[in-house]
Amino acid sequence: MPFALVGFVLSLSFAVLARQAGFSVAQAIVTSVIVFAGSAQFAMLSVVAGGGGVPAALAASGLMNSRFLAMGIALAPSLPGGPMKRAAQGQAVVDASWAIANRGDGTFDRWLLFGTTAPQYLTWTLGSAVGAVFGEALGDPDRLGLDAIYPTFFLALLIAEMRDRTTRWVGVGGGLLALALVPVAPPGVPVLAASAVALVGLARRPA
Amino acid sequence: MTLSSGQIWVLIIACAVLTAVIKGVGPVLLGGRVLPGWFDRVVVLMAPALLSALVVTAVLADGCTWSVGAHTVGVAVAGVMLWRRLPLVLCVAVAVVLTALLRMWW
Repeated sequence: MPFALVGFVLSLSFAVLARQAGFSVAQAIVTSVIVFAGSAQFAMLSVVAGGGGVPAALAASGLMNSRFLAMGIALAPSLPGGPMKRAAQGQAVVDASWAIANRGDGTFDRWLLFGTTAPQYLTWTLGSAVGAVFGEALGDPDRLGLDAIYPTFFLALLIAEMRDRTTRWVGVGGGLLALALVPVAPPGVPVLAASAVALVGLARRPA
Repeated sequence: MTLSSGQIWVLIIACAVLTAVIKGVGPVLLGGRVLPGWFDRVVVLMAPALLSALVVTAVLADGCTWSVGAHTVGVAVAGVMLWRRLPLVLCVAVAVVLTALLRMWW
């Protein structure tokens, strides 16, 4: 599972950066164990590292997580059981698993979703443990280029998503909109606003 | 402002609860119902729009300003490699090494 391996490195870089931002070893590890949402963790951490408070950090992670709302809604028809059972199964949604389990026709393979998430959870936890404990021995994480891991990972997911003309244009549009909003909106908001580009799906049939 | 240890614990726990609620709401909200076609088309487009925004803000923005750094170059090169269908692990390695090397010289 390449995503599990990359997740290990990504999570390691998270823990190293978290320690630098004032998290204890236990706090860096517990975050990955109980939050288990890479982009939300990085969003929250970037606010804390930038000197922001708890409300701002929470808002950033919540906005970053908003896509899980959309992903969960898309997944809903593919999950059996009552509300509690479906809510519990929804916890298995992480970016890579969601994309892999997506059959591309509006339905999802839920066992593929769980099976892809399980190894990622394991390596995500391990990565943060290693990063938190041994991170200080590595020195300055920026000097090592660890901040290039996270965007490369999301770029891989993006390229996998850009299957046809419509998805390509939506990808380009979302990126440009987010970039345009960077100077005028608080961190986290440009990404949320970019999701509005998906509304072109109302007007256009997939190519 | 540096957060105290207690504040960081509050943040971690609140973030975990928030994430669990957001992940749980979607499946419960619409479970078992058949969705209209326009809904599927919007949701299918949600991922490319958000992922693109995440990448762009990570490599071309620093807080509220546009910025270009060594990691912009590293990730761009990795992006071309990904587009050429080279393995993800190799692409991540190249992004990291290239970024680190550029920072040594800049």
